[in-house]
Amino acid sequence: MTDAFIYDAARTPRGKGRPDGSLHEVTSLALSARLLNAVKERNGLEGHAVEDVIWGNVTQVKEQGGCLARSVVLASDLDERIPGLSINRFCASGMEAVNLAANQIRGGAGQAYIAGGVEMMGRVAMGSDGAAIAVDPSLAMKSYFVPQGISADIIATEYGFTREDADKLALESQRRAAQAWQEGRFDKSIVPVLDQNGLTILDRDEYMRPGTTREDLAKLKPAFKEMGETMPGFDKVAMLKYPHLAHIEHIHHAGNSSGIVDGAAAVLVGNEAFGKAHGLKPRARIRATAKIGTDPTIMLTGPVPVTEKILKDSGMSIGDIDLFEVNEAFASVVLRFMQAFQVSPDKVNVNGGAIAMGHPLGATGAIIIGTLLDELERQDKNVGLATLCIASGMGAATIIERV
Amino acid sequence: MTDFTMEKGGDGVAIITWDVPGKSMNVLSMDGAGTLDALIDDALADDAVKGIVITSGKPDFAAGMDLNVIAGMKERGGAQGVFDGVMTLHHALRKIERAGMDPKTLKGGKPIASALPGTALGIGLELPLATHRIFAADNPKAKIGLPEIMVGIFPGAGGTTRLSRKLGAMMAAPFLLEGKLSDPKKAKAAGLIDEVVDDPVAAARDWVLNASDGDLVKPWDQKGYKMPGGEPFHPAGFMTFVGASAMVHGKTMGVYPAARALLSAVYEGALVPFDQALRIEARWFTNVLMNPSSAAMIRSLFINKEALEKGANRPDEADQKVRKLGVLGAGMMGAGIAHVSAMAGIEVVLIDAKQEAAEKGKSYSEGLLDKAISRKKSTEDKKAEILGRILPTTDYAALEGCDLVVEAVFEDPQIKADVTKRAEAVIAKDAIFATNTSTLPISDLARASARPEQFIGIHFFSPVDKMLLVEIIKGRETGPRAVAKALDFVRQIRKTPIVVNDARFFYANRCIIPYINEGVRMVAEGVNPVLVENAAKMMGMPLGPLQLVDETSIDLGVKIAKATRAAMGDAYPDEAVDEVLFWMADEGRLGRKSSAGFYVYDDKGKRQDLWDGLAARYPQAEEQPDLTEVQHRLMFAQTLEAVRALEDGVLEDIREGDVGAILGWGFAPWSGGPFGWLDMLGAARAAQICDGLAERHGKRFQTPELLSEMAEKGQSFYGRFGPTQKAA
Repeated sequence: MTDAFIYDAARTPRGKGRPDGSLHEVTSLALSARLLNAVKERNGLEGHAVEDVIWGNVTQVKEQGGCLARSVVLASDLDERIPGLSINRFCASGMEAVNLAANQIRGGAGQAYIAGGVEMMGRVAMGSDGAAIAVDPSLAMKSYFVPQGISADIIATEYGFTREDADKLALESQRRAAQAWQEGRFDKSIVPVLDQNGLTILDRDEYMRPGTTREDLAKLKPAFKEMGETMPGFDKVAMLKYPHLAHIEHIHHAGNSSGIVDGAAAVLVGNEAFGKAHGLKPRARIRATAKIGTDPTIMLTGPVPVTEKILKDSGMSIGDIDLFEVNEAFASVVLRFMQAFQVSPDKVNVNGGAIAMGHPLGATGAIIIGTLLDELERQDKNVGLATLCIASGMGAATIIERV
Repeated sequence: MTDFTMEKGGDGVAIITWDVPGKSMNVLSMDGAGTLDALIDDALADDAVKGIVITSGKPDFAAGMDLNVIAGMKERGGAQGVFDGVMTLHHALRKIERAGMDPKTLKGGKPIASALPGTALGIGLELPLATHRIFAADNPKAKIGLPEIMVGIFPGAGGTTRLSRKLGAMMAAPFLLEGKLSDPKKAKAAGLIDEVVDDPVAAARDWVLNASDGDLVKPWDQKGYKMPGGEPFHPAGFMTFVGASAMVHGKTMGVYPAARALLSAVYEGALVPFDQALRIEARWFTNVLMNPSSAAMIRSLFINKEALEKGANRPDEADQKVRKLGVLGAGMMGAGIAHVSAMAGIEVVLIDAKQEAAEKGKSYSEGLLDKAISRKKSTEDKKAEILGRILPTTDYAALEGCDLVVEAVFEDPQIKADVTKRAEAVIAKDAIFATNTSTLPISDLARASARPEQFIGIHFFSPVDKMLLVEIIKGRETGPRAVAKALDFVRQIRKTPIVVNDARFFYANRCIIPYINEGVRMVAEGVNPVLVENAAKMMGMPLGPLQLVDETSIDLGVKIAKATRAAMGDAYPDEAVDEVLFWMADEGRLGRKSSAGFYVYDDKGKRQDLWDGLAARYPQAEEQPDLTEVQHRLMFAQTLEAVRALEDGVLEDIREGDVGAILGWGFAPWSGGPFGWLDMLGAARAAQICDGLAERHGKRFQTPELLSEMAEKGQSFYGRFGPTQKAA
């Protein structure tokens, strides 16, 4: 089987996903196209250089609708013979784009792909595309649907994580992200967002709150208590699914959950011949990919079974992995991952994560692959695993190995 | 004679009158629907008719659909039969709604109004909802609404679709999902009906003569119709629908198929044009009718409950209506019995050993009436009238003229014997004496009576004013007139009776105690008490066994256990249970009344979490049973006792076993009762589960002989023991 290599990984800085966020003035189309242009320039991708652009995006309506991927290609400087495929696996869309590209290459369908994604959460609101699982009673009840925040709190209750545990992890995320920026650890990946005149709009993740203290976090109200306990009372639904729980501990709040941000990321994946043809040096091999479905109510435990699966499929063990990126959708997701595999916090999300820097849904999967690769290179380590929890009860993972 | 007749007036108004012959209330049958449809055709085709008014020839408009007819549709045609029948109704009602108008211009239709003299329930409101304007008489006693959900179905003749489009999903929810009923004024305020007037027929006649084309077009038939509150993919509507599923799911514990189906009909219907929505509603309605749970609920909560209330098992005796009632003992139970009787217009003599206690019993009524007044459910005048019927006294001579005496004194055979004698010395020879004992055998107590054939058990549940069931217990010598007396009394106070024979704990308590015991036993075994409680609720039990024993009090449990142990001797099977209960009692944790029991209570007495001290003494086992195992234990503890009660002859009629279980202790209403539940499982499967439970947990789960035999023969309870003739 042909190997799939990562030749480049790039991302925009993440802007606050609010009307006063720096990227709020930029369209999903423009942000994506400018990032693709950067990838094209950085790697000299003239002509029909890649087979396809696979673009992850969760809320595919309005400016993100209508097969955004094709629009993005046409808006960029890429050759029009490159088609464009929009995909959605919720929070793992960006990772799924990379995995899909890798597996196409491994199967011999094309030599190279640009894979990644975008989410302008401040411009196209999360959930504005509707969702049968939430709104259609036949499925909402069959699947014991609860919103993700409730699921994150169920994880905390079921696996015994306290508010203090979660806040501690959040503070550490802030500390690590601040340090990473200070030391320029993201320099290889960051592509500043410029306007049509070449003027800088944003060159730095702006969601971070490096000065956050334990006391600051302690002041925040649990975000999901009201909807859980009172209106409309999702805790009762959770109890029907997990009748051994007396109640749900609502430990998550804005400070220990991922931030709502705008951003995009792209990974250039190709086979060996592609690299040779373009004079590019492969940075890592995509060694394994995996996805899995899990219990949709607790919903966000997917990183554990998908990691078990990817390790088993690839004949590896947890000890073979040097560094981990586990998307910080909510603190309890990462806590559960570390608890399940007994891995040291020192190896997980070394440069902080989505709690500090934000989680632009469709892009994050590609972002964390890039962050993982940068850090493997910085520490001169070999093997890294990136994984995300996914809405509706799924998990995705990628193992990369430096070459 | 037909159910509907039409009279065309010289003013061009055709009055269609609904008046089902031989019934006090109109109910709709398929024949009736056909007649109405033909009359509508006639009126629409007749150029002399300008408008139509649909009204009733009775004081009320209609009580709803004849549920026996629905059952018939199902029996004859299965799902297709039900669906076709429902679609026929939809077409007829839709014809009324469109009233001959041009489908493109929406012009040229004939105005059709409804005139409701009184109560309009179920299809009695769904039909008016299809007309163009609803006028109701200013009759505060009239009830207007769609109560279908209460018997396990939902409004299936367009009521669901029309009301949700008229009011929006959120505002329609209390009427559709909770079956909320309103008087005409409240119904108008909520938007269920249009006008409350003195003479609805006159007002309706006037309206149809003056209505314009635009008045006839329903919002949902107009261009640009938007669902109030937002359709499911409107941002506000989205939140409503997401929340609705969670609320319905949490509230119904996932065991009531009708609520789910209703919500799906509203959601799916909201996304398509009106006629498609009706078809969707019909598919979900068919689905619910084909669900065994709805059939079981209709059977127990509607057909059989009514049959029992109307005296299905009443001996053939002359009218035994109570005129003057004596109540002995003015404690909580006696006061409650006095209250409900006075409410029903019966003169009550309320006797206690001390005048002060008797007065206190009366003031219990006063408290309840004051509460009712503060909720605008009663008035000072009514209160005075009702309280005027209760005479609190210590004087047994005041019992003179009482045709029924109910004693509710201490559960002590000596005291009971004494009051029996004292009362019988005063009351007439033909008066009936009843005991409200919950634990002592009636036949034993009857020994104190000079006329044991006139001695009977009338067992009320607490609180008397809220609980719907009354258990009538025949002692060995109790005669038929005493039974008739008790039944007529229960009918007067508008409760539902069951008649059982005399045996330890009669019927209801006999089944409740093993339920509580099984829950407590599991705690002793190290089963997570949270799982025990939730497992029960997820079977549709209103209270988990531990909450139930907290409510009834743990010292009462101890008392019953001690008495039972004394009576049974070595055969006593519940040592493990007593270990827990006695310890709790020793700890002073007596349940809600001591603000400490299996649960913790806050300062205001509000129940909090389960007490964590339980886990210290009964550590949770590493390996926990699965949910189904816990549920089977809790359910079979009750149902096997019901089967044994039938085997022993305590129960004579399984309808009483089912209705009594639901009304008496809230047994999983969705199942239609213990026998309904066993029929759903099937005798063979039930016997198989029992065998497994007996093997793992002991012989209390041993399959009763009757059940084994039925499993072998492939019989069901209702097939074998059900009434041979249709009740209604």
